[in-house]
Amino acid sequence: MEIQKQLKRDFLTTLLSQGKRADERGKMDYRTTKVQKGVLQNSEGSALCNLGKTQVLCGIKFDIATPFPDRPKEGVLATGAEFTPLGSHLFEPGPPSVESIELARVVDRGVRSSNAVDLQSFFLEEGKVLALYLDLYVLDHDGNLFDAATLAAMGALQNCIMPKVEGGKIIRNENKGSLPLATSCVSCTFAKVDAYHLLDPTLDEEKGMDGRLTIATTPKHMCAAQKSGWAGYTQKDIMELVDISFAKGDELRRHLQ
Amino acid sequence: MGGSGPKPKLLNSDGSRLDGRKLEEMRPITIEARVLNDADGSCLLTWGRNKVLVGVYGPRECIPRHDQSPYRALIKCRYNMAPFCSLEEHNRSGPSRRSKELSKVISEAFENVIIAEAYPKTQIDVYIEVLQSDGGTRCAALTAAAVALADAGIPMKDLPVAIAVGKIEGKLAVDLFKDEDNFGESDNPIAFAPRNWEVLLYQADGLLTRDEVEQGLELAKEAAKKVHEVQVEALKRVYEKPHPPSVPLATGMFQ
Repeated sequence: MEIQKQLKRDFLTTLLSQGKRADERGKMDYRTTKVQKGVLQNSEGSALCNLGKTQVLCGIKFDIATPFPDRPKEGVLATGAEFTPLGSHLFEPGPPSVESIELARVVDRGVRSSNAVDLQSFFLEEGKVLALYLDLYVLDHDGNLFDAATLAAMGALQNCIMPKVEGGKIIRNENKGSLPLATSCVSCTFAKVDAYHLLDPTLDEEKGMDGRLTIATTPKHMCAAQKSGWAGYTQKDIMELVDISFAKGDELRRHLQ
Repeated sequence: MGGSGPKPKLLNSDGSRLDGRKLEEMRPITIEARVLNDADGSCLLTWGRNKVLVGVYGPRECIPRHDQSPYRALIKCRYNMAPFCSLEEHNRSGPSRRSKELSKVISEAFENVIIAEAYPKTQIDVYIEVLQSDGGTRCAALTAAAVALADAGIPMKDLPVAIAVGKIEGKLAVDLFKDEDNFGESDNPIAFAPRNWEVLLYQADGLLTRDEVEQGLELAKEAAKKVHEVQVEALKRVYEKPHPPSVPLATGMFQ
């Protein structure tokens, strides 16, 4: 695997020194992006995001749960990510991999800290709150799962209904209108190869990269960030990428409308 | 059967079923093959409200090595339900006892038709994800898996197809949906090899008389013929194009 990584990296840097990417995109271009909302009917909200060949499905279910002891008046938001083995020859059935845990946690941080969902409104009665389960299903992995998953999650939330609760139980098939959202959160992921930064890396680019930075934003704030890989980032690098994330964020939000 | 609470009526006064179907009528089925990019073969099937996605990988190296056979490929089907698939509560991810059993019987059905001797020391992975469930998911799963295997170019003697028959309010009915499955008297999923109508998967719960078993097989066979046509059509669509472009999932399927 090491040799493969080195070869992919050499290939990327050679191309980049000529100002090119393998799929002829600019360094700060997204692949064809599409968000389809409401693709499932049994779940309370759903969306499918296509980012080039990457496909991530998000389904939302509501349940009744006990609140966390330190936040007795707040509802529960739980995010899960499944690298379903049909999505890639690299995925295997079994317990969640570190990568899938990282994906779920980064998406969760973005959605949670954006305050898009008002968890206070999920309070039902003492010891009883609504729980929103947001599950991400990676159906095709061609790189940049973070941005595709965040788009799918946001699409599903925008498509989500508020469940009707009666006698401490959710009445399925009935609802109280759509889930109110205060804002929307999108993320931009940059792969670092040598001194270059590439927006929306493909799987081949991720295999050859030295590091990766994900910046999640609302229109006004940065709401989550994650660096992975061994590469170091200068302050200037980070600030440039944050600026680009705000600009590209507006572009991504258009796909959510 | 597994239903709790008061048993609702399952037939309308005019003898039709709750969703308006006749007893021998199936829900609408659509099948689209080659919907995933990385998988060697894939299929998205909608059957009423059921939505099943299948990806096939292989034949590829058998892992763990001590599982491998020097004579044949191992067929490893994995039936799994998405946490958000049901109308009811959120499911925990990971295999349940039920999904392990279904994975086993589906794998065994395919052992009958796949020419596994052609690929010794390998495995063929068939990953089945139930994205939305509404009764009859194992039949939908097997039907979709057959199309995905054929799409992957795995040599098979036949293209298996499955359908459930059951009993509601004392009458045999084809293709039970969830409420009929939960509150009906019997559920009897059956898979066939259409070339000779051998039964490749057979399960039943609830009570059936000998005659009902016989009629059930016949009803299932007639319905399976129609499902088989949809399978063949889906495969023709992808094989008639010489090199089909990889398409985004579900053009028009996820409506």
